[in-house]
Amino acid sequence: MATSTRTGRHLLQIEGMHPPEIAAMLDLAESYVLLNRSGKTQRDLLRGRTLINLFFEDSTRTRTSFELAGKRLGADVINMGVFTSSVNKGETLLDTAGTLNAMQTDLLVVRHPESGAPNLLAQKVDAAVINAGDGTHEHPTQALLDALTIRRRRGRLEGLVVAICGDVLHSRVARSNIHLLTVMGARVRVVGPATLMPSEIGRLGVEVFHDMKAGLQDADIVMMLRLQRERMTRGLVPSEREYFRFFGLDAEKLRVAKPDALVMHPGPMNRGVEIDSAVADDPVRSLIREQVEMGVAVRMAVLDILSRRARRND
Amino acid sequence: MVVTTEMVMTHTYFRHARLLDPANGLDQVGDLCTENGRILTFGAAIGVPEGAEIIECDGAVLCPGLVDMRVSLGEPGYEYRETIATAAQAAAAGGITTLAALPDSRPAIDDPALVRLLRARGEETGSLTILAYAALTRGCRGEELAELGLLREAGAVAFTDGCQAIASTRLMRLALTYARGFGAMVVVHPEEASLAAGGAATEGELATRLGLPGIPAVAEAIVIARDIRLARLTGGAVHFAHVSTAESLMLIRRAKDEGLAVTCDTAPPYFDLNETAIGDFRTYAKLSPPLRREEDRMAIAAGLVDGTIDAIASDHQPRDADDKRLPFAQAAAGGSGLVTLLGITLAQVHNASLPLARAIELLTSRPAKLLGSDAGTLARGAAADLCLFAPEHAWRVVAGELPGKAQNTPFDGRALEGTVLGTWKAGRRVFG
Repeated sequence: MATSTRTGRHLLQIEGMHPPEIAAMLDLAESYVLLNRSGKTQRDLLRGRTLINLFFEDSTRTRTSFELAGKRLGADVINMGVFTSSVNKGETLLDTAGTLNAMQTDLLVVRHPESGAPNLLAQKVDAAVINAGDGTHEHPTQALLDALTIRRRRGRLEGLVVAICGDVLHSRVARSNIHLLTVMGARVRVVGPATLMPSEIGRLGVEVFHDMKAGLQDADIVMMLRLQRERMTRGLVPSEREYFRFFGLDAEKLRVAKPDALVMHPGPMNRGVEIDSAVADDPVRSLIREQVEMGVAVRMAVLDILSRRARRND
Repeated sequence: MVVTTEMVMTHTYFRHARLLDPANGLDQVGDLCTENGRILTFGAAIGVPEGAEIIECDGAVLCPGLVDMRVSLGEPGYEYRETIATAAQAAAAGGITTLAALPDSRPAIDDPALVRLLRARGEETGSLTILAYAALTRGCRGEELAELGLLREAGAVAFTDGCQAIASTRLMRLALTYARGFGAMVVVHPEEASLAAGGAATEGELATRLGLPGIPAVAEAIVIARDIRLARLTGGAVHFAHVSTAESLMLIRRAKDEGLAVTCDTAPPYFDLNETAIGDFRTYAKLSPPLRREEDRMAIAAGLVDGTIDAIASDHQPRDADDKRLPFAQAAAGGSGLVTLLGITLAQVHNASLPLARAIELLTSRPAKLLGSDAGTLARGAAADLCLFAPEHAWRVVAGELPGKAQNTPFDGRALEGTVLGTWKAGRRVFG
């Protein structure tokens, strides 16, 4: 059961995926980048298929990206937000699954504040489930789009030094990126205050740093994570200004990285908390806008692959 | 009802059993005969009374009915999870004839009348003796002591707040001191509450991979270390329930060496499973304390053999499917355990180095003694509470098909050797 929910008809997590599978997804996504830039669409691919964006957490960026990806491939896209559905009225996740089955959903994109919620849904729905971020577990399409962004700029992932910085403890983006980048042969570092480091994170194959300059030394890629303000109220970080002083990315800290090091952020950014505006908006170093573009292409590739697999199984 | 002046004698005769009573060093093949619900005699050649019902045991083990010292009953308050009647069915199927019920029900067992009620409800089942723990603090809220004297007088076997450790060190000191005056021990769920708050799994690599909020394993040892020191300070008796880490056992071993009144039990999940059982977010393996890493599991298994652990309890926590079919962190912790208590323990006999007699001792006389009960041994004249099991007979645990109501077993799919063939309560067959 463990493997059936990991690979195959759903995309629940990067952990457990093999390099050829990841490379194939990135290659296909690459072709969608070109298609999108040409202004063409491929609306026959998912014609007659229903994609539901089931979001239990607000996320304009990811939801819009999936919506656009689905529409460009011709799917009927329906957005179900937690605010408009009956999940607020005591309906359980599994009741929702039953409803979705009755609607004959083909592709189900799920964002949920609890780790493992998409895995639970995947056991109960007929649709192919795509995890669009679950709790502090994984955010696989984010890792794929980050990898695509890096690969297009650097031509490869293998051997690159990638520093993932900030609130690793609460970051599903960090976990998915760690799994993907390490399995593809990159050297991954995590950098941040010790209170925001998950226990035994080193066992995931990364090097751990609590000092930005040490962690950024000769890095090819600096990937910043969002610090949620509630972390401060839970006492994990004393103040925003202290956080920015030691862990915020500014031009000075970035200087120790490779001269052509690139800066990434999954968004939305807290300017002046984890990243300085001058760095975030640097047209040469910052890939933040490009990440958004790659997001649509990667999600088209994922929808394409999963719907093909579903057809094969039919 | 017909009243006769002549006493009718009823006998049950168990033929060719492996009689096993660790408390008395008994382990021999022989027969056992009951009379009117009590054990009449047992041994090699004892003779069959006229009209006796004969049970052919074919060499199966006949031991005292199991004594389970940690059980949460759904009743009162959570009848949708389990009632006393369904718990009694599960207990009988598990060979259990006496259990101690935790007091953190709704309402909490913090009133003498409730203690008496629980005992009476056990008697009503006809198959189970329910010993009542009483709340250590009013409502198990951890704020002020319950009426320990009155509760003890009503029959409370010991005091505990169930699944909650006493957060205040001062209150715990008072509790141990005061309970000591009434000759009662305090049973502790050893988990430092502020470290455990919001946690769903043992902190470490697996919880990190799954993105689950972690509880550091040391949350257990912190409370144990504190309460051992308080036991020394007060002279009170403290019992640590469901211990699950190597460090906890080290502390307890040292306290015992020092001669303190410190004892402990563990539950089958902690010597049979490790944290990987929650892989892929299996909420049926979400327990409290959470499953630990393999080194800890091995230490607990070793603690059964070396004598550090005084008893094995099921730690039965009935949960409904709706309590479990939720995202992992939201799902209720706890596993059902009555039916699998013996089978999982026997796995340690078959696959590890636990002697059978020691296993049965940990399931019968040792917990009985801790609870001040005279159950758990085969004594002439004692109530004929008996468990007959085939130690090598195989079966498979299947959630959804277990006797009783609570199906939330963490052992779903597990193949076991050791089947309960029959259970007798006061001479009456209640299972098999």
